[in-house]
Amino acid sequence: MRYFLILSVGLFLCQRSFAQQNTPKGQLHGNFAMMWQQYNEDSIIGARVPDAKSALNSYGNITYTYGDFSAGVRFESYQNALLGFPSGFNGTGIGSRYVRYNNDNLDVTVGNFYEQFGNGMILRSYWEPMLGIDNALDGMRVLWKPYRGVYVKGIYGNQRAAFDSRLINGPGLVRGFDTEVSLKEVFPRLDSSGRFNITLGGSFVSKYEAGQTIEKGNEVFELPQNVGSWAGRMQIEYGDFQINGEYVKKINDPNADNGFIYREGQAMLINAGYSKKGLGINLNGKLVDNMAFRSSRDALLFELPINFLPAITKQHTYNLAATLYPYATVINGENGYSAEVYYTFKKKSALGGKYGTNISLNFAAVNSLDTTQLVGREGMIFGYERNSLGFGTSKYVRDFNVELKKKISNDWYMALTYYYFEFNTLATPVTQDFKGIVYADIFVGEVQYKINAKNTMRIELQNLQTEQDKGDWATVVAEYTLSPHWTFSLIDQYNYGNTNPDARVHYLYGAVAYSKGSNRLSIGYGKRREGIFCIGGVCRAVPASNGIEITLSSSF
Amino acid sequence: MKKTLFALAALIAFHLSSYAQSTTNALPNVQLKDINGKTVDTGKLSNDGKPILICFWATWCAPCKKELNTYSDLYEKWAEETGVKIYAVSIDDQRTSTSVKPYINSVGWEYEILMDVNKAFFQALGGNTPPHTFLLNGKGEIVWQHVGYTSGDETEVYEQLLKAVAP
Repeated sequence: MRYFLILSVGLFLCQRSFAQQNTPKGQLHGNFAMMWQQYNEDSIIGARVPDAKSALNSYGNITYTYGDFSAGVRFESYQNALLGFPSGFNGTGIGSRYVRYNNDNLDVTVGNFYEQFGNGMILRSYWEPMLGIDNALDGMRVLWKPYRGVYVKGIYGNQRAAFDSRLINGPGLVRGFDTEVSLKEVFPRLDSSGRFNITLGGSFVSKYEAGQTIEKGNEVFELPQNVGSWAGRMQIEYGDFQINGEYVKKINDPNADNGFIYREGQAMLINAGYSKKGLGINLNGKLVDNMAFRSSRDALLFELPINFLPAITKQHTYNLAATLYPYATVINGENGYSAEVYYTFKKKSALGGKYGTNISLNFAAVNSLDTTQLVGREGMIFGYERNSLGFGTSKYVRDFNVELKKKISNDWYMALTYYYFEFNTLATPVTQDFKGIVYADIFVGEVQYKINAKNTMRIELQNLQTEQDKGDWATVVAEYTLSPHWTFSLIDQYNYGNTNPDARVHYLYGAVAYSKGSNRLSIGYGKRREGIFCIGGVCRAVPASNGIEITLSSSF
Repeated sequence: MKKTLFALAALIAFHLSSYAQSTTNALPNVQLKDINGKTVDTGKLSNDGKPILICFWATWCAPCKKELNTYSDLYEKWAEETGVKIYAVSIDDQRTSTSVKPYINSVGWEYEILMDVNKAFFQALGGNTPPHTFLLNGKGEIVWQHVGYTSGDETEVYEQLLKAVAP
């Protein structure tokens, strides 16, 4: 803590000397958010009530910037944490603090910071407060631009492991550096057309954890104290085309995820895209082999991740498609690809009509790796070996979807979406009710009618049909908005196809939200079903609940 | 911990008291990439003394796309009348960020696109959830912000834009 005080004083003195020049100006930014839930018992949907009967999550950030200097602090309070929130969020106190100096070429942070190298497959620390994810690094970060078009990053620190009225860091140390060179910026003559660029990048990340031994069979093995990982990446752009790839390698890292095997880890990502006005095409391939990378070898799930391995499937937005069967990367190993096309039928064409029509197609497939299990002592130590870069025999997911969006007139808008899923609940355990592959068709229709300049009505009808798991679902969403302040919404999810007649429940939830400027207050009441809640590429399971929810957020 | 708090509180209190008059609301400095992979310092975003709208969005955020598709139809008119430049800052992470370029080209947005893949800029501005829109006046000061989007909000944005350029 002492370093923080010294830096604060340093910051203070520097500001004093700058003040005389009267150039920089102080600014204050920040935000605040809280979510309070009250719980009622509901045995039919499996909603339970904590002893305290209600729960509260909240945080407030303050960032103060003065010229090249800034400092920030975050207060957090969990009284107690919401049901379903990961463990390690308790009490009230300071969860993050930092000081930072930042000028044109140099950017130094001491304290907590977030960072991503390349595509994040080797290092990503980030904060997702609604999901309970915070693997902030606590130490020092330097960003440096030694030359035009050359970017260097260095990081050194521990990771946030938990919060118990104060920040609690994990024991492991994470160190790394990353360099990126944009050839177009270094050699401007390279690109006379203005349409060509190559960016090259490389990273190295290492973690240190005190030594330990492990017994396998009748032998005692030493676990590595330092685990290094490196990555190389390249992005080429030429006019409307773009290709981007990254390769990551990690030395042996026996850990709880991989069953303490000494096999090396690998990840590959390749993305190619073509787009011009009215058309976009995007192809992705990804292979992950034994790439769980954490600053504690015993950590699992949300604990202490150093890297980020996002799923290759599309992040869906309609309720039934987004929350019942969302795919998550199998970090121990998977192989997948995806393709998507966006197309706009032009205005005033036969299919475009007066306002144009948007269509998008997306397909993703992921399987296990093509591996052979090793036997005997070798199997015990190294686990398996990979035979090829191809698919293994176990299907993890197939996701096909097509979406049509159309503005019909100034007042009417509609969207139609169809999804087909084959989803392996053993690979991504989103449900306890069914183990195997769920085959599901989902149909969604959305209509919006603008009554006048400020009043709008929107309705969504969704239907999911499957023979497996909980059977068929229907969802209706009705939303009435009174711009710019009010939103009234009602959602009913009905599990009408459940094989258990007692479980054919309506999950009805209503909410009113008021927003003004950057302040937003929302009050809701009703039943929430058990499901998966995702933001961006990250998801968390939320339990069933029945009760009142109040959320308030503000930023300044 | 108490020392930390004290130091920080003292620092902020000092500056709030002595510089209250000169306190402005400008943009924090974060290095982002634009849609073509070029590095951009957010502290240097400018528009020749005319207003800037910064709209945070993501490909997985339905109201965000509705908002920016609506503004897209009005952008030409707004730009003519007020000179506004719109920055659409995507907070898509690595999972969905490769879809950004195909998507924006297919819908034909004419905005400046920035990629905030780790939400550093969004969080530095105090963002909680998208869509979140910031309006900067010609001096680069944040004069208005809005969270969420409902159909019809564009009327308020337009009014605020006119206010930002009013003499």
